[in-house]
Amino acid sequence: MWTSPEALYAIAGMALVSFAVKAAGLLLANRLPRHGFAAAWLSHIPGAVLAALVAPALVTGSLAEIIAAAATALVYLASRNLFAAMACGVFCVYLARLALGA
Amino acid sequence: MSRIAPPSPRFADQFYAGARACLPVVISVAAYGLVWGVLARGAGLSLLEVMLMSGLVFAGAAQFVALDLWTITPATLPIGPLIIAALIINLRYLLLTATLRPLFKPDSGVKDALKMALVTDENWAMTVLEMKRGRGSVGFLMGGGALAYVCWMATTMTGHILGSVIDDPARYGLDFAFTATFLVLLLGMWKSRADLLPWAVAALSAIIASRLVDGSWHILIGGLVGSLAGALADKVRHVD
Repeated sequence: MWTSPEALYAIAGMALVSFAVKAAGLLLANRLPRHGFAAAWLSHIPGAVLAALVAPALVTGSLAEIIAAAATALVYLASRNLFAAMACGVFCVYLARLALGA
Repeated sequence: MSRIAPPSPRFADQFYAGARACLPVVISVAAYGLVWGVLARGAGLSLLEVMLMSGLVFAGAAQFVALDLWTITPATLPIGPLIIAALIINLRYLLLTATLRPLFKPDSGVKDALKMALVTDENWAMTVLEMKRGRGSVGFLMGGGALAYVCWMATTMTGHILGSVIDDPARYGLDFAFTATFLVLLLGMWKSRADLLPWAVAALSAIIASRLVDGSWHILIGGLVGSLAGALADKVRHVD
């Protein structure tokens, strides 16, 4: 069986709302003033969103993740190299999980 | 961010630069793609349905939640809940694409909005980082998005085809690639001590929100509360 009408409706609906939200963000932002409070608010969104993405993962993570996160941050601050920092983080979490048996 | 992006030298160059810059960050896209493909097979999605969902919905978190709701018998498929879940989980994109405004002309319309289909967490984050450094362009955003799209399609299909032959990426620490990516991008975003307050408020409210509500609400809540705190702090500083 390849698919069903129900599955197609569901996927089409999901695709439509996902795209609508993405497009709405840009279109709504266009209506905001380009100076003052609204502009300051927009400029703070990226850092806040990234902090909100990362923080819960770190707090709920095990010791292995916390060690790896510290290593990732150190390598990035020392080298400013995204790939090196990520590779180190992944390798560290692998080793730490082996060592800690987690 | 009232700065208008300088005209890009050439779209093709920017597109290529964006794809290249996103190479490290799509590692987490690939790891999640494989996992999702394997789980999608288990949930009863056909290969065609995997291709359609990855190709049209193109949103990792929403697709993971969809698997929880999916049923093998079409008659019992909860179409409404699937669509509402996708909407709620993707609400955070309102914040993400809003911050891309400086890349576009002030009178940008539907044509530019269509390009938002290729925005993912990964190429958005790389692009805003580039914008903080005074660069960044629509081509850069699209290049990273195209790479993420190809990668997501390829790995979700691979996961479905190979099924449980694939080892759990968590065994090799690849699940940590997501946290590592966004941690590094956050550090790269640091500009001055004025960032400390919004980030701390965002982190704290996201942690609290993640304990109280399931799903990805914590990203939206933390992002909103943190950025508003930052804007309020800016206002207070300017008043002084």
